[in-house]
Amino acid sequence: MSLVKNGVATLDPFVRIEDGAPLPSGPVLLPLARFLAERETLAGRNEPVGVLVPNDADVRILEPHLRQIALIVLTFPKFRDGRAYTQARLLRERLGFTGELRAAGNVLRDQLLMMVRCGFNAFEISKPGDAGALEDALKTYSVFYQPTADGRPTALRARLAAARQG
Amino acid sequence: MTSPLQQKLKIHGPTVVTANRLSDGVSVWLTPTYEWSERIADAAVATTSEQALDLLNRANGDENRAVGAYAAAAVLGADGKPAPANLRERIRVNGPTVSLDSAA
Amino acid sequence: MYVYDEFDRTFLQERVREFRDQVERRLSGELNEEEFKPLRLMNGVYLQLHAYMLRIAIPYGTLSAPQMRVLAHVARRYDKGYGHFTTRQNIQFNWIKLAELPDAMDDLAKAGMHGLQTSGNCIRNTTTDQWAGATPEEIEDPRLYAELIRQWSTLHPEFTYLPRKFKIAITAAKHDRAAIRVHDIGLRLHKKDGETGFEVIVGGGLGRTPFIGKTIREFLPKRDLLSYLEAILRTYNSGGRRDNIYKARIKIQVHEIGTEEFTRRVEEEWVQIKDGALALDDAAIDTIRDHFQTPDFEILPEQSPELAESLAKDREFARWHANSVNAHKVAGHAIVTISLKPVGKPPGDATAEQMDAIADLSERYGYGEIRVAHEQNLTLPHVRQKDLYALWQQLSAQGLATPNVGLVTDIIACPGLDYCALANTRSIPLAQRITERFADNDRIADVGRMHINISGCINACGHHHVGHIGILGVEKKDQEFYQITLGGKANHKARLGELLGPAVSESEVVDVVERIVDTYLHLRHDKSESFISVVQRLGIEPFKERAYVAG
Repeated sequence: MSLVKNGVATLDPFVRIEDGAPLPSGPVLLPLARFLAERETLAGRNEPVGVLVPNDADVRILEPHLRQIALIVLTFPKFRDGRAYTQARLLRERLGFTGELRAAGNVLRDQLLMMVRCGFNAFEISKPGDAGALEDALKTYSVFYQPTADGRPTALRARLAAARQG
Repeated sequence: MTSPLQQKLKIHGPTVVTANRLSDGVSVWLTPTYEWSERIADAAVATTSEQALDLLNRANGDENRAVGAYAAAAVLGADGKPAPANLRERIRVNGPTVSLDSAA
Repeated sequence: MYVYDEFDRTFLQERVREFRDQVERRLSGELNEEEFKPLRLMNGVYLQLHAYMLRIAIPYGTLSAPQMRVLAHVARRYDKGYGHFTTRQNIQFNWIKLAELPDAMDDLAKAGMHGLQTSGNCIRNTTTDQWAGATPEEIEDPRLYAELIRQWSTLHPEFTYLPRKFKIAITAAKHDRAAIRVHDIGLRLHKKDGETGFEVIVGGGLGRTPFIGKTIREFLPKRDLLSYLEAILRTYNSGGRRDNIYKARIKIQVHEIGTEEFTRRVEEEWVQIKDGALALDDAAIDTIRDHFQTPDFEILPEQSPELAESLAKDREFARWHANSVNAHKVAGHAIVTISLKPVGKPPGDATAEQMDAIADLSERYGYGEIRVAHEQNLTLPHVRQKDLYALWQQLSAQGLATPNVGLVTDIIACPGLDYCALANTRSIPLAQRITERFADNDRIADVGRMHINISGCINACGHHHVGHIGILGVEKKDQEFYQITLGGKANHKARLGELLGPAVSESEVVDVVERIVDTYLHLRHDKSESFISVVQRLGIEPFKERAYVAG
């Protein structure tokens, strides 16, 4: 497993904390339930906090606390389970989350572009060979049909713009 | 590549292991030397669950040559060679029961 | 029809390049089968009994003559010289090699075609009325909206890994030829207070748990089409079941939480996004409209004197005309259905030669436009009435003028166990035997309107639940048996058929169908009372009494 953030392979500064385990100093990644239970104590910590969100959770529950969160990890238990795509778009587009949005689990290169389009900017990549393929994966397409958080112009709007110029 | 499900493989009578070739999808059968043949007559015949399981595990471990392997019931001809035991397998061996130029 | 521009062409080239890379990685072993399977499925590639099958999308069933010739080329070059048109207005080729697929995809892409999203748990090809843009019944051409949906749904980043496949159909005519009430989403264009918008129907579907869709919104303004679809898909993607493949379709979600709660969730989500980037302003709709080329229709008299003359002098032509030709919105024109159901042949199949011939005929007589119909027939939507006789003669020469459109031998059938890895029983040979039993054109004309639908397994690709006579194959101890339902309908008054009784053996089933037909002939008031009307009037009991009794 390797972490790629904003296109660059990087070491993960966050330490994954299990339920009940004591908090070390430094950035920590907590399960959603524990984060919600302890968020007041956590607010007093001067360290980045990450939240690990299961893919059946309603992410809107995090809305009041987003300023306190540096990292949200969304999970793909199998790459065919696409619930986290919706969670990602809601976090970025609806709730305005601007921190690190990371895809974890069964993350393969053939899904990376879609993840980026839904607002992910960091990936825990399962296959060693896939980490280097991110750049290529993002270049697979230059034409997009849907308006999403990544701000790429859609074919429909590009046509309109072209019509106005020509 | 052995799932608990496969460990409980039960067979009823002679059994062959069949799959589709990766490159073109053609039906193939696993031979006693763990090669794949387009002819069911070349297939290795298992008569015990252990043998069938061994063939299936071999087949599943060879998914870069053939995919979707499963154990299929067979009947043995007078020459001792396996032949398909049911309609589905007969169609896989002999092709569709509608003629191929049939739309013409 | 819609003409691809540079954006669409670039996209397709990129898609083919991506798939070529994926195939290479699979063949080299870099991708394992579990990883590759969803990728190939997303490109319309299945693995069947004898080979890979490639399903090619025909967006809303519209084909140009050059595209039809490319399909003929694919049939010849990469397959065994024929293809099979499906109930979802697509075509599938049954004998494709994985290693050759990228080349076939390349050839298709040059003509603006692909297999994208014809399989997999994504939004599938949007289907519509095969008479769209031609029938006087419609209030507007629904293909404009089908195209907007095609673009919105193409590689949608959020909705490519849904719980299960997702099918959308749209119609703008009073008579629903697109079976919108048995789709995951059905859209019906209609007018309210002078404004055109959509009735939105959700949660229809066949398969092992058939449901007729529920209306969740009576009227949706056009500008809100895509945002509303996005809200439905989002509600489904986050809440649809993923624990059991047989309960993963949206129809189960709607059924389990109830239409009211489902609607509430959709509306709640929609309010958040309706004024966002998906809102369709007039400029956006006009851009798509501009990409549709309308034929330059010839100015002709309402009724063609040449046609009247040919009808009077040639009885066979008149017979074909009676069920293959329908009214057109432009004077002097007609809509022609080409039967792909000749006696004794597989329903929906066409050879490469026939495809080429149809392409030629469409150019000669039909402004170069061809449609695929849900009933697995082809349609020439714009034919000059004065050319109908010549067209009929040339179709006849190709075996394409069987006068059985809408009649008992116009059978919908899935590929069944002859090809399909999921099937339990065969469908095609049964369809062939029924057409042979009813080969007499006078007899089928007398029987009148009748839809027989055959599925080779419970997945219901032959839509047996909505056949007037539905036939479902079931396997018992390696023998083929068939369950029969009566009274199903796929149209605007969609309903599911009722089970007639115990399944019958493969050797008996054609006799049973014939006894059902004879029972109808006996029970009807007169010829104007159709089979389905009699079933509705009397129920299935009188049919049950006679169907199982030999002699």
